[in-house]
Amino acid sequence: MSTLDLRELHDTEFPVPADMQNNVAITSLSKIYNWSRRSSLWPMLFGLACCAIEMIATAASRYDFSRFGMEVMRGSPRQSDLMIVSGTVTKKMVVPIVRLYNQMPEPKYVMAMGACASGGGPFKEGYNVVSGIDQYVPVDVYVPGCPPTPQALMYGLISLQKKFDGESLANLDDVPWYGVGPSDAVPIPVLGPDIIDPRQAELIRQQAMLAAQGLPFGRRELPAVAVPQPAVAPVEEKPAIAAASTETAEEIDPEKAARLAKREAALARKRAAKAAAEGNEG
Amino acid sequence: MTDQAIMPVPTEALDTQGAIDWLKDKYPEAVQDDTRQGYGGVVVDRSQLTKIAHAIRDDLGYDYLSSATAVDYLGISDHIEMVYHAYRTAGGPPLVFKAQTPRENAEIPSVVSVWPGADFQEREAYDLFGIQFSGHPNLKRILLWEGFDGHPMRKDWQEAYYEEEHKPFESRWPKGWVRRAEELNVFGKNVRYPADLDLSRLTDVSEDSLYKGMGLGVDVQEIVQEGEHIKTDRLIVNMGPHHPSTHGVFRMIAELDGETIEALEPVMGYLHRNHEKIGERNAWLMNIPFTDRLDYISSMGNNMGYVQAVEKLLAQGARYTPPTYRAEVIRVLMVELTRIVNHLWAIGFLLNDLGAFFTPALYAIAEREKVLDFFEATAGSRMMCNYMRFQGVAKDLPERIHSTAVTVNDKVRDYNTMEFLTELINERLPRSIDELDHFLTESEIIKTRAMGVGILPPEMAIAYSAAGPLLRASNVPYDVRRAEPYSIYPELDFDVCVRPNGDVYDRYLIRLDEMRESVRILKQVLQRLEATHGEDIFSGNKAIYMPRVPVGESYGRVENPKGELGFYCVSEGDPKGPQNPWRYHVRAPSFINLTPLGVMCKGHKVADVVVILGSIDIVLGETDR
Ligand code: SF4
Repeated sequence: MSTLDLRELHDTEFPVPADMQNNVAITSLSKIYNWSRRSSLWPMLFGLACCAIEMIATAASRYDFSRFGMEVMRGSPRQSDLMIVSGTVTKKMVVPIVRLYNQMPEPKYVMAMGACASGGGPFKEGYNVVSGIDQYVPVDVYVPGCPPTPQALMYGLISLQKKFDGESLANLDDVPWYGVGPSDAVPIPVLGPDIIDPRQAELIRQQAMLAAQGLPFGRRELPAVAVPQPAVAPVEEKPAIAAASTETAEEIDPEKAARLAKREAALARKRAAKAAAEGNEG
Repeated sequence: MTDQAIMPVPTEALDTQGAIDWLKDKYPEAVQDDTRQGYGGVVVDRSQLTKIAHAIRDDLGYDYLSSATAVDYLGISDHIEMVYHAYRTAGGPPLVFKAQTPRENAEIPSVVSVWPGADFQEREAYDLFGIQFSGHPNLKRILLWEGFDGHPMRKDWQEAYYEEEHKPFESRWPKGWVRRAEELNVFGKNVRYPADLDLSRLTDVSEDSLYKGMGLGVDVQEIVQEGEHIKTDRLIVNMGPHHPSTHGVFRMIAELDGETIEALEPVMGYLHRNHEKIGERNAWLMNIPFTDRLDYISSMGNNMGYVQAVEKLLAQGARYTPPTYRAEVIRVLMVELTRIVNHLWAIGFLLNDLGAFFTPALYAIAEREKVLDFFEATAGSRMMCNYMRFQGVAKDLPERIHSTAVTVNDKVRDYNTMEFLTELINERLPRSIDELDHFLTESEIIKTRAMGVGILPPEMAIAYSAAGPLLRASNVPYDVRRAEPYSIYPELDFDVCVRPNGDVYDRYLIRLDEMRESVRILKQVLQRLEATHGEDIFSGNKAIYMPRVPVGESYGRVENPKGELGFYCVSEGDPKGPQNPWRYHVRAPSFINLTPLGVMCKGHKVADVVVILGSIDIVLGETDR
């Protein structure tokens, strides 16, 4: 048991005599409420993929996130405050995930751990992969990495604690769970021919109607992007750099311009080397 | 077998070529050589597949079906092909045979009656390629859900975020700009609906089909009458995909009589992240980091399997040079360290499943951190090492190891690499293994819970294509490192561990044995590391990590900690064109080892199911791929 430093809790101008500071604290309700929540954050015992292994490593003795009051990992969503989405979210799995999320009592938080949970990660293009859990449930903290190191995960957890600290009981936007009535559940996706988000039912219907007229179903043709053409030979490249640096020098501060020029030069060198290599090979 | 009398040599002793000749001799109209350039084995007429498969198993002695997978040759010869790799448990090279079917109404007879281990693999081929396997007892989707539109591994099936056939895509950086895939999709999501989507019938049928045949809807009254005096109903219990003891997102549906398992069916695909489809778009080199994410606890072993499969292909080309000796030594070092890490992890979590929640696991995985420090210092990442390359490895071992962890209050963590490894291998790892042994092996509770539970007899283990510790704990001394040696294993001195009983306790013990053998190997590797200090770790021209891959097929397999990991790669098409695999299949031990799960659980109590599952040691990244 770590000793509690009551001074951490002080949140008022009201003075406490020095010899009593270890026993008495005068604070605001919000402060003690947030402090209790941040120090007993119970994550759900819930691993999806590779990132879960690093999550377990973070819970294990070397990194040990119980130092922050998080060691009680609960198997049941009904006892947990935080869902760490640790891994690739597939279409098949997102259905149970949304269900689990709906079963968590408020206040509840979601952390997207790793590239996959944040945006699809290395497997984004896969036909069974959801491009980030935030397409279905709201996310509070994103932790980048593939997998995030235990240090990164811990930083994410501390960031979440910081988020608590900024909240106030007086503001209903911060604590919507004290509002009137239960908050809305996230509609559970349906596994049809592909995954169907009920929130998009109307859009799908419209698209199906268009498709019946022979238009492509759900594909959008983007206007052609003006593709910046990479120069083929380094000879043509040089004036371009010079122009870029002189142009920008007026508007942007010289330091940045120098950096830009440097980068351009490096790129040009790279391209030249590549062109040379290709020439040799061919 | 009437003409067996004429055969001079016993057929089980024929070598691969002899076996092929024997087959051609016996079934001249149904068996042909595979004459395509770079291919081997025979092509079997699909109408006679079952008969010939019987002959291959019974007469020729190829009793172990390692892998069965499909390839879609759209645009090349316009058919779909099933490729089977059968081995003898006595060791030796495979017999490769293939059966072809037209793409329309693809149908191939099932070989489940010959090798039950083909069960899940055929279901996977049905799911992803749409091949009907006539005679398969339970043909339904396995990785995707029932009702999914299409069969995604077919070459003409395009996913929602489809951009181009080959990587690197035009839209990526070197050409200038990046367009996010979701911008092309009206829904802003990774979805794609069929043009004839019937909106009135958008119901989720995927769940119903899972319970089909499991006795749901049986009238309770009837059962009460059937049973004599005890009133027991059969109960369907669903475990997972969110369950602390399923090691990830695995799911089982069990049919119970009281507390006893009557039937159990694994349900998977909750982590199916389309490894193979993505792998076929990737250039060959790009797949190495993806293999890390298969069995994410032993990424180095996966690297090894893949690079070896591709090296087999490369070896058919002119400019290939085999990896240097030091590279092989480093590879074996990494792989054996990985094996220890994996087995420590497996034992820790087996204990978790036994109810000793997390304390043993904490001890078991403590040393893992040391090994990961070494991986991080060498390869740059703790888990996803991306370390091996074709013809070598990416980097040599560093001179010194700094741990990035706890640098603030612990300044001591800076070691000379060789000293670090010597201490790790000679002291820390053996100590940690002995510690587990000391605390767990004789524990009364473990013995009671594990002995005699989940027995898998040897014949069944072979028939079900079980691999790795699962197979060897069932008294089958089969280890790819000895059966079909690769790398520097032939010159290393180690034993193939084997345990006689095939229960959970033996599977626990065999992991201890294997870790000790690994330590033994590592000690020999250490000497070789010192002897080769400073030598090249990469043969060939380093500027071209990715040489041209000649046309052909190859199957590379390694003994991964979880079992036999195989990669089946096909290279096709223009040698000057884009360089990506035509087919890239992973024979995943975790996936195939689950085939006998239902049989092993039958008759046991519910609480034993998690223990049996834990003793198989699966990892979902590899199971579902
Ligand atoms: S982000 Fe990387 S490590 Fe994490 S689940 Fe995805 S692939 Fe695995």
